[in-house]
Amino acid sequence: MSRAFLLGLAWRSAWNRRFTLALTVLSIALSTFMLLGVERVRTDLRSSFGAAVSGTDLIVGARTGSVQLLLYSVFHVGAATNNIRWSSVEALEKLRGVAWVVPLSLGDSHRGFPVLGTTAAYFEHFRYGERQPLALREGQRFRDLYEVVIGAELADRLGYQVGQRIALSHGMSEVSLGASHADKPFTISGILARTGTPVDRTAHISLEAMEAIHVDWIAGAPLPGRSIDAEAARALQLQPRSVTAALVGLHNRAAVFSVQRQVNGFGAEPLMSVLPGVALDELWDVVGAGEQALLLMSALVALVSMAGLMSVILAGLNERRRELAVLRAVGAGPWQVLALLALEGMLLTLAGMALGIVALAGAVLAFNPWLQAHFGLTLQLGQITSMQGLLLGGLLLAGWLASLLPGWRAYRLSLVDGLSPRI
Amino acid sequence: MAHSLLELEDLRFAWPGCAQDCLHIDMLRVEAGETVFLHGPSGCGKSTLLSLLAGVLLPQSGRVALGGVHWGDLRAGARDRHRVDQVGYIFQQFNLLPYLSALDNVLLPCRFSTRRREAAARAAGSPQAAAQRWLAGMGLDAAVWRRPAHTLSVGQQQRVAAARALIGQPGLVIADEPTSALDEDRRDVFLDLLLAACAEAGSALVFVSHDRRSAPRFARQIALPAINRAAQGAGEHA
Repeated sequence: MSRAFLLGLAWRSAWNRRFTLALTVLSIALSTFMLLGVERVRTDLRSSFGAAVSGTDLIVGARTGSVQLLLYSVFHVGAATNNIRWSSVEALEKLRGVAWVVPLSLGDSHRGFPVLGTTAAYFEHFRYGERQPLALREGQRFRDLYEVVIGAELADRLGYQVGQRIALSHGMSEVSLGASHADKPFTISGILARTGTPVDRTAHISLEAMEAIHVDWIAGAPLPGRSIDAEAARALQLQPRSVTAALVGLHNRAAVFSVQRQVNGFGAEPLMSVLPGVALDELWDVVGAGEQALLLMSALVALVSMAGLMSVILAGLNERRRELAVLRAVGAGPWQVLALLALEGMLLTLAGMALGIVALAGAVLAFNPWLQAHFGLTLQLGQITSMQGLLLGGLLLAGWLASLLPGWRAYRLSLVDGLSPRI
Repeated sequence: MAHSLLELEDLRFAWPGCAQDCLHIDMLRVEAGETVFLHGPSGCGKSTLLSLLAGVLLPQSGRVALGGVHWGDLRAGARDRHRVDQVGYIFQQFNLLPYLSALDNVLLPCRFSTRRREAAARAAGSPQAAAQRWLAGMGLDAAVWRRPAHTLSVGQQQRVAAARALIGQPGLVIADEPTSALDEDRRDVFLDLLLAACAEAGSALVFVSHDRRSAPRFARQIALPAINRAAQGAGEHA
């Protein structure tokens, strides 16, 4: 008998049970969606994490842990235990092999979003993702002392426009505790294009501005009775005395270890420097427990959905005992019955997986803007990771095996039943 | 000596895990074209005997041969082929694949057996023509041939099953209580049609029932408990 006939028979039998089977296909689609979705989030979480900084060869700061240095300098999370002197930054620039230095000064905030004091070199040299430079969505870089360039998410979340005036506050608390820099308001000069990195949440001002708003402060509090207004501050010497950290770029990456040695052995004050990639890996090891949990979740989802698939096919088998007995009676061999069931299982699994992939693509397209806005996470649509390929293959294999088990049972039953099944 | 269509000698069969024999029959022969009425109370082993005749089950000892071929000499795949070549089967009910038309159901044995397909083509020109001829022979109108099997009445379904058992003229038709789901009038009509069709096809018929009213229309009547020594020795064991 022909394969085409067997295929046709499988199709007509399946069509006859289309409502039950539609549920099976849906449950496989859901499993596929979950498995690939979790894996997608896991992968893209890691890559958007790694995209936070690129093109920087060294991060320099006061002696601390490398993860901690990375956290506050790049992710603007936590605080530095010590600053580095401005003279050290100047010395860094003179080291052999150093192409550029971008000083970073942190510690203030605007409604919970971090404020970064830096120089024009930041816009020239900072890179994220695949060595992409920062771009302005609208407006221009800060020119005047009291101008600020804000990240896309900060702008969107708070509804800020270019030209609007905002006040910065001291420290990182979202609720202003009175320690405000409201006496020196800033004008938004530009808004950066979205990057999917911590830059989106940051307000950028010049180092001099950072100095100006703290000119009448000491040890984190305003000096009583010594308020200097914004215009008066312009006249003062605003050369920063210290910064929090610095990003360093080299002429030649090969020199990175030699420069790192020089920085770490710096005589004037204790400094440390880390390679961003190495520190990112270390940081990922710390937060990797979450990744493991996601992976475990994927495995559990896969297990549960396979068990579901198998139980649906097994439950259907009792309904089909008659049908299989009739086929046996008109001459179908046990292998043909087995092939029929395996074929159906394979087609069901494939259909379910295809549906799941389409659903995932739709969901990614629909939810990407929201994910980007709320979590700074961009899900990739096109590329299938090797892990995803592995998962898909595993799913197909499991689905097929899950349909073979009932097939084997049908084979046993058709022998035990003889020609008339006992129901 | 020319052998009979069906030869059964010194057969002993016990279900797995069962210490007592279920069937122990010294001798049973069915000649080509013969019609046999096999009766006995429920649970006396009638269906088991049919499975042994059709080579679905193999006896622990003894010989069952159909068309001169001993079932035990064949491997499983060859048994399946020999069965579909030589045996048409009618169940008590639920004979048909509900999603196929009456015609496609009748054609099923031709899909699985080259011998049946060729025999059908020789008899009527093509398997399709043969299927239509047997359906008409079982008194079914052309209007129902294309209808899905699940839309047919039980009586119609049994006639389609009979047409399927007869297509390609197998040597043996086995009918396992095919009339038990039918009322008395329909049972008689069905039996008339089935006996006439078997005669036309030249197929032997082994017809099992616990209802002995139909028995006189068959060439031979056999009471299973009378030939089953396991039942005689062990009393009520079935």
